[in-house]
Amino acid sequence: MTIPATTSLPVTLAEAMEFAWYEADLLDHAIYDEWLAQWTADALYIVPIEPGTTDFENSLNYAYDDHGMRKKRVERLLNGQSISASPVALTVRSLSRFRLLQTDEASCELRCAQIITEYRRGRERTYTGDVTYRLVRGSTGLQIARKVVWLINSTEALGGIGYIL
Amino acid sequence: MTSLAELSTTPDDLIRKDRVRTPLYTDPAIFDAEMTKIFRNTWVWVAHVSEIPNNGDFKMAQVGLEPVIVVRDRKGKVHVHLNRCRHRGATLCEVRKGKTSSLVCPYHGWGYSLDGKLRGVPYENGYDEKTLDRNELSLKSLRVEEYNGLIFATFRDDIEPLADFLGPAKKWIDLFMKQGGGYPVKTLGEHKFRFPGNWKIQLENTTDAYHFPLVHKSFLTAVDKETEQQLDMLNNGGFVEDLGNGHSVMVMIPELIDLDDNLEAPIPEKFADLAKELAAEGYSDLEVRRMVRAVGGSGFNINLFPNVACSMAFFRVLQPVSVNETEIRHIAIGMDGGPAAANRARIRLHEFFQGPMGFGSPDDAEVWDRVQHGAQGGDEMWIMLNRGFPKEESLPDGRHRSDVSAETGMRAAYDQWKRMMTV
Repeated sequence: MTIPATTSLPVTLAEAMEFAWYEADLLDHAIYDEWLAQWTADALYIVPIEPGTTDFENSLNYAYDDHGMRKKRVERLLNGQSISASPVALTVRSLSRFRLLQTDEASCELRCAQIITEYRRGRERTYTGDVTYRLVRGSTGLQIARKVVWLINSTEALGGIGYIL
Repeated sequence: MTSLAELSTTPDDLIRKDRVRTPLYTDPAIFDAEMTKIFRNTWVWVAHVSEIPNNGDFKMAQVGLEPVIVVRDRKGKVHVHLNRCRHRGATLCEVRKGKTSSLVCPYHGWGYSLDGKLRGVPYENGYDEKTLDRNELSLKSLRVEEYNGLIFATFRDDIEPLADFLGPAKKWIDLFMKQGGGYPVKTLGEHKFRFPGNWKIQLENTTDAYHFPLVHKSFLTAVDKETEQQLDMLNNGGFVEDLGNGHSVMVMIPELIDLDDNLEAPIPEKFADLAKELAAEGYSDLEVRRMVRAVGGSGFNINLFPNVACSMAFFRVLQPVSVNETEIRHIAIGMDGGPAAANRARIRLHEFFQGPMGFGSPDDAEVWDRVQHGAQGGDEMWIMLNRGFPKEESLPDGRHRSDVSAETGMRAAYDQWKRMMTV
C-alpha cells in the first residue's frame, strides 16, 4: 500500500476505494496473514441478519468477529480439518458503487456494493450485499476499524458459507 | 393418496428395523406421501410462545408444505390458520413476523379477524346470501396445543392430545427449558440455511453423536481445552433413549442433564468474565452460578418427530422443501428478562457453531449434501442404522436405550415413519 500514513487531508474516495479493493484481493487470493494485519486491535467484522440492526452486540448475527475469531476463521480455512472448507470455495468479489458517507483526517465511513461469486464442488453461488467500512489512518496506512456485510437476502435461508464474506 | 405398499413391493423392502433403502431420500412419490401421511397427520411444531408474546403478534410458518400464520388474537389465544384467502387462495401474509389487528388479502381486500372469522368483503352487493355465507368462510384453522412454550399444530381433530403425543419427552422438555436460568426461555433470533438433501437426513443428524468428533474437528480445534473435553461426547458416558412416537433423547454430557444440579461446581474458565460481570451487577452467588451454568446450555438433544429438536442450547427446526431440498432453522434462545450479559454470551456461542457462517453447521451441511449425492448412486445398497442395535437395552414400556453413539434414535424415528406411512 502506498497510501500516506499521515496527512492533514481527509481520507479521499480514491484512497478508500483502493483500500477496499486491496482487502477484496487479499481475501480472494487467500493472503490471510496480510488480511489479518489490516484490522485495528479492537475492530469487528460483522455479518448481521436483520436489516437496519444497530445494536450488533446484543443481536444474533451470522458473524461477529473480534481479532480472536477472525484468526480462528482463517485457521479453519487453512488447517484442512473443516470438510466444508476442504477444498475451500474459490471466490471472486466485485466491489463497486462506492460512496464516502463521512470523512475526516483520521477516518472515513465507506459504503459500497459487493457481489461475491463462489465456486466449489461443481456449484456456483452468488452472495450480494452492501458493505460498510469504517477505515482509520494507522501508522502504516488505512486500517479497518469495522466492516459490516449487509447481505440482501440475510433473512432468507442461505447456503453454508465456508469462507469470509 | 399413495400408500407405502404402492411405492415399493412391501414396506419391508424399504425399511427394516436396522436399515433403510435409498429411495427414502430420492423418490419424489415417497416425499409426496410423507407430506400427506406424516405432516398432515401428526403434531407439527410451529412456534415458541416468545415469538408471539403479545396479542396481535404473528409469524409465518409451515405445516408440511402448507403455509400457515401463527397468530395471537385480541384475547391472547393462539391460532394457526392456513395462510390462504378463502376467496381465490392468495396468501394473506408474506411478512415473516410482526403485529397486526387483522388479516387482509391484498388481491380483493377480504378481511379476517385474528381468530380467523371473515369480517369484511369489499363491494359486497355483488354477492347475495346464497353465494356468500360469512360463517362458512372463516380461515381454515388447525388444531393448536402448547407444551412448556412449544406450540404445535395439526390438521387432525381426532389424534391424541399433544401431551400424550410427547409422552416421556415431556420430562426432557422441562429439563431443557431450565436453561432460562430462572427466567422464561425466549427466542433471540435465528439462522436459516438450506441444503440440497432430503429432510430425514437432518432428522437423523440430531440424534447422531457418532459424527461429532469427526465432522466437527475444526470446531473442536477452535474451542478451549475445557470445552473440548466436555464435548468429547463419545467418552462421557452418555446414552440415547427412544421416547416413543418417533421421539428420542441423546444425552451427550450427562452432568448437564439437570442445570439446577451441581451449582457448587467450579465455574468454567470460559465463563469467568461473565460470572464477574453478573456479580458486579448485583446478582447473588447462587444466581450467578445458576445463570452461568444455564448459558452453557443443556447436555442433550431431544428429537421430536417429525420436525423439531431441542438441541443443547437452541431449537432446530427442519422444513422439507422437496425430496432433495430442506431448510433448517437454528433458533437461538436466552433468558426473557435476564441480564443482557448472559444473553450476549448465549448469542456469541450460537454464532460460533450455528448457521451458514458458523464453525459447525457448514460442515454438517456438507456431509448431508454428500449423503444425498451418494444416494444418486442407485438404490440397491441399504443405509445402515444398526449401530448399537445388538447391545440395546429394553425398557419396561417397550422403548429402547443404548450408548450415546448408537443409532437408537434414528431407529425410533423410522419406526414411527413406518407406522404412519403404512396406514
